[in-house]
Amino acid sequence: MNTPVLSTDTLTKRYGRHTALTEATLDIPAGRIVGLVGPNGAGKSTLLALAAGLIRPTSGHIHVLGRTPAADAHQLADVGFVAQDTPVYATLTVADHLTMGKRLNPTWDDTFARTRIQQIGLDPTKKAGRLSGGQKAQLALTIAAAKRPKLLIFDEPVAALDPLARRAFLQNLMEFVAELDISVILSSHLIGDVERVCDHLIVLAESRVQVAGEIDDLTANHHRLIGPRGTLDTLPDGIDLIAADHTDRQTTLIVHNTTGHPLDLPGADTIGLEDMVLTYLHRAEGLTAPTLQETRA
Amino acid sequence: MIDFHLEPRSGVAPYMQLVHQVQQALRLGMLDVGDQLPTVKQVVAKIAINPNTVLKAYRELERQGLVAPQPGRGTFVTATLADDTLDAHAELKTALQAWITRAREAGLDDAAIQALFDTTIRKAPQVTP
Repeated sequence: MNTPVLSTDTLTKRYGRHTALTEATLDIPAGRIVGLVGPNGAGKSTLLALAAGLIRPTSGHIHVLGRTPAADAHQLADVGFVAQDTPVYATLTVADHLTMGKRLNPTWDDTFARTRIQQIGLDPTKKAGRLSGGQKAQLALTIAAAKRPKLLIFDEPVAALDPLARRAFLQNLMEFVAELDISVILSSHLIGDVERVCDHLIVLAESRVQVAGEIDDLTANHHRLIGPRGTLDTLPDGIDLIAADHTDRQTTLIVHNTTGHPLDLPGADTIGLEDMVLTYLHRAEGLTAPTLQETRA
Repeated sequence: MIDFHLEPRSGVAPYMQLVHQVQQALRLGMLDVGDQLPTVKQVVAKIAINPNTVLKAYRELERQGLVAPQPGRGTFVTATLADDTLDAHAELKTALQAWITRAREAGLDDAAIQALFDTTIRKAPQVTP
């Protein structure tokens, strides 16, 4: 359990002149459910594809479960990857999918797969093309989990699902995690979902990792400081400024306390996960959050 | 057995929300010594939450001396919060009602009272037992 599930060192991926991922350095312990968030084009899919071994880095290093991604059959069996929109084979039945999974995966757990399909209420004789979006997602999840991987990777698994299907998918995924002792990395635009199911967070924007860490630590150590203008010009050591906003009377700062001690500054309040993520995304784009502009000259 | 829920917009960490819900149930007498808490698997299947979050909440409740795990059986309530504070409720409520009356007489509306209470309770030093 001590081998990190994902560790990267200045991991970079370029496509021609376009850099999709720039010098990502990450260290994620095993047993976590990792949320990967960021705007479209931030490099989320690139990072996930690198972890799954579907593409190779341009420079830098990546290790998944302590080894090079897709190095051999063992490593392939240890990682389950579900691409965007949870693809299934439209003309094959649900039962065909399970047979294929069994033939292609030496570690396939057929009892587990059949039990789950029954529990979700999928008709084995139905063609996958005729399943609803939620059912397709559940089928893809079941197949990925039935090969009993140590790491499951999902690229925006719930993006196309309605709220009911989304919740059902996440319930099922959490049950797998409780039952199978696996690590999960999933990308999502829905911070609420990430807060609910993840315990570790990576914020990616403009191809760079903006912040990463345990969610409880991150939310406990990010604060909003509000004070009269001019009173918050200097910050103690170890208090990193993430964003600053000024009106002519008031200053609002978002800070990251890296001292390891509780923040002892007047007017400090914690911020929620969503505000924290948005602050980093705004900063990466070189914007500050929209504020009230003084119209007076 | 009690049920958990999660309020995503509350700003309270999910594991603390579970801790608060158990404390609340203990205070109100919905949970008593010997009662079993839902298993981790039951909670995650019900509210789609990270199993580690449930474990973290149960560890925190254990640290507070309210529950204890019994290997292979589950987590059980070992103490209650009801007796200690219920007696004080009535008196505190009377004092609070008098205070609210004073605040309204001073011209505060309900939103102002709520804001004053929220900021004061947040700034009041917490005494941890």
